[in-house]
Amino acid sequence: MNAMTRPLLRVNGLGKTFVLHGQAGLSLDVMQGLSLTLSPGECQVLVGRSGIGKSTLLKMLYGSYRITRGYVSLHFDDGDLDLAELPAHAWHSLRRDVIGYVSQFLRCVPRVPAVEVVMEPLLMRGTDPDEARSKAERLLERLNLPQRLWELPPGTFSGGEQQRVNIARGVIGEHPLLLLDEPTASLDAANREVVVELIQAAKCRGVAMLGIFHDEDVRERVADRLLPLDDYMPRPGMDKGEIRRGEASQ
Amino acid sequence: MKRPELERPPLLEARDLSRLYGPGKGCEAIDFTLHRGEVLGIVGESGSGKSTLLRVLSGLERPDTGQVVYHARHEPGLERTGDDDTIDLYAIGEARRRALLRMEWGLVHQNPRDGLRLEVSAGANIGERLMALGERHYGQLRAAGQDWMGRVELDPQRIDDAPRTFSGGMQQRLQIARILVTRPNLVFMDEPTGGLDVSVQARLLDMLRTLVRELGLSVVLVTHDLAVARLLAHRLMVMRRGRVVEAGLTDQILDDPQHAYTQLLVSSVLTP
Repeated sequence: MNAMTRPLLRVNGLGKTFVLHGQAGLSLDVMQGLSLTLSPGECQVLVGRSGIGKSTLLKMLYGSYRITRGYVSLHFDDGDLDLAELPAHAWHSLRRDVIGYVSQFLRCVPRVPAVEVVMEPLLMRGTDPDEARSKAERLLERLNLPQRLWELPPGTFSGGEQQRVNIARGVIGEHPLLLLDEPTASLDAANREVVVELIQAAKCRGVAMLGIFHDEDVRERVADRLLPLDDYMPRPGMDKGEIRRGEASQ
Repeated sequence: MKRPELERPPLLEARDLSRLYGPGKGCEAIDFTLHRGEVLGIVGESGSGKSTLLRVLSGLERPDTGQVVYHARHEPGLERTGDDDTIDLYAIGEARRRALLRMEWGLVHQNPRDGLRLEVSAGANIGERLMALGERHYGQLRAAGQDWMGRVELDPQRIDDAPRTFSGGMQQRLQIARILVTRPNLVFMDEPTGGLDVSVQARLLDMLRTLVRELGLSVVLVTHDLAVARLLAHRLMVMRRGRVVEAGLTDQILDDPQHAYTQLLVSSVLTP
């Protein structure tokens, strides 16, 4: 991608506070003033210690967590879209067509075979089932999931096998923006290699990616830029886990 | 890259809808819009008013105040009043309201015995709504019956058996076939997996997910089971003491609940 490419994603002054009503309105500030831009074909990797808010950021960008402060916008040729202002029903199409997400763990639907779990994002767009199936099978083959498992529900699979099903499901839709939450955590070296290849291929297609990778080797090979989250913790130096009491309770 | 089309046309609207039997009993000041192709889950504990709301929405019980507005499909069929094919559900006559429920909508009861005619065959149960729409050809009614028994994973060979001889899970699937055979524009479901064993529930959930996707169904789903809501619903409304306390995307409500009651509800779920 050339330097003229407009960023697809702009995040400005993003902040997140959780208010726990069950704990007398305990207010947890977990993020403050985070800004970033992400361009097509670029992969940025979030770094920072566990609990710093890496997954929280991805979940806010995917709409699973609400945005407390700041704005997130997606750039399109015919105008920008402000995600913080989006009505809930608008997310259905946005997730189907624009923002993909590979979660840390596969949420299994009982009884649904692995290959159908992978196909679903395409079926939701109305892709022909045979075409979706063959694409899903190619991905599962590439990720070295034994063929005898394809028709079985992933509920009983090992962690690494489930993760590969999850990755296949996450990348099959070729979304222009892909959020990756530790997709390589429980994979062996050979399969990590495949994931690195998939990410590099996605970059070449112009996919913008924001990811969390704990494996340093993977991080080195996929990241165009590292984004340390430590800078966006509220009130640096505050002890007791950055907790303030009561402020947002009513 | 062009901006994707994110707007979906509205299908059903509740406007300041109330039906109270007593203070906090029933539903009060409900406002929402269901868009085409959406599954809206209404969750809450028993007594929260979700079943009352469903009865009011589906034309079974007149609200004290407020409106239920249905944006009908642009097809010949029912007579319309007003402009742009919108129907104010309780401004039309009883007969038309019943016709709407029979022809364009479907209601899946929690107890399949309330939704089935137990004394007539499975095939006749599936054919009944088709006949109401004017289908009279015996062969086609039977073919549709067998097709739909297959789709809901019932043995088509049992088309002549009475539902009384089916298990609870099979009866529930038959009820769903009976409703969906006419491709309703809008489906109401009241605890569809309620009385079923867990293993039977899983099968039904998987089947419902597939049917929702394949038929592009629009659904209002009432359930107290958050796991069922997570699997089926795109959006959720949380009810408590007759009012909606929180609404949003399903994962937003379940993973980042804002309201004190929703937080309590979500954190009280046992996960095995």
